[in-house]
Amino acid sequence: MPHITLPDGLPGIRGPMMFRPETAKPINELVNILLHDSHSLSPGERELIATYVSAQNDCYFCQSIHGAVAAHHLGGGDNLVQRVKCDFRQTEISEKLKALLTVAEQVQRGGKHVTSDAINHARKEGATDLEIHDTVLIAAVFCMCNRYVDGLATWAPEGSAYYQERAPIVAAEGYKASVAR
Amino acid sequence: MPHISLPEGLPGITSGFAFRPETEKPMRELAEVLLRGPNSLSSAEREMIATFVSNLNDCQFCRSSHRAAAAHNAGGDYRLVDAVQLDYQNADISEKLKALLTIAGKVQKGGKNVTAQDIATARRQHATDMEIHDTVLIAAVFSMYNRYVDGLATYTPTDQALYDAMGIRMAQQGYVAAASSANAK
Repeated sequence: MPHITLPDGLPGIRGPMMFRPETAKPINELVNILLHDSHSLSPGERELIATYVSAQNDCYFCQSIHGAVAAHHLGGGDNLVQRVKCDFRQTEISEKLKALLTVAEQVQRGGKHVTSDAINHARKEGATDLEIHDTVLIAAVFCMCNRYVDGLATWAPEGSAYYQERAPIVAAEGYKASVAR
Repeated sequence: MPHISLPEGLPGITSGFAFRPETEKPMRELAEVLLRGPNSLSSAEREMIATFVSNLNDCQFCRSSHRAAAAHNAGGDYRLVDAVQLDYQNADISEKLKALLTIAGKVQKGGKNVTAQDIATARRQHATDMEIHDTVLIAAVFSMYNRYVDGLATYTPTDQALYDAMGIRMAQQGYVAAASSANAK
């Protein structure tokens, strides 16, 4: 049960966002820029970074919804997303994305855990400054969202149906209106 | 040295902001609403929570700048904000703020560390839903800013006078009005 009285029936981050729309607005804007706007990293790749960090933070809601959105963008169902969460280095994603996930994993532990080696490796695999910047920021943002969602003990639907239903909407429309919609 | 090519000479988060103004905008707005918007918690109290979390995350830039903002939201006196960082349970702050700092400390480790007991303690000290919400979100948001600042290895000044000046600007002008000035926080 949530630690505060949140609007009924809204799972995960949506309840707190309805409770406090003034903070929801910039959070949604930030997530929209990072995950939805046009970019040299595909939306599927960026959603995978968000999903991976959320899984590292053991945030069920965030990894489920972003995993579903990633799967929707990438095609091929949930299988790749699950394998990335388990051990991304053994999957068929690009070497560049693997290198960026390594950076994200370090950010999840703490900013100072990011090593020059990890950055250099990402560069060797073709990552640009913008891609590195956004990887760090996506990881940081999800360390925020995961703490927000779990820190208020919000509820999360179990199973995959809810997330699979939401995924095409989020993939098409992004995050700016994702509270009320 | 920063992990990417950031504009030189800009301290901490301002270098990231200059590199990526699109993400700067909502990040500044979020700080403005959370730390300076209308609230039953004073800006000084909210800046103390931000400083406390940044200290736990060992982010020197955020800790120093928000420490200065906390002080300058309370007449420029650093003693109380420093006492809170050292030992908040025995600092001269309200029992409510102590309970909220406990919650913030738990959020810093991870959201699931916040217990019903922590919330009950805060409620016994008359913390409202809004105050609990904002404490959780400030702790979460600073867990983001701290990772951003250190994750890019931005430049961390060591000159306390610089942070003091930042604190004055943050307390007086806030986080959005400063956006037009490259050296402001």
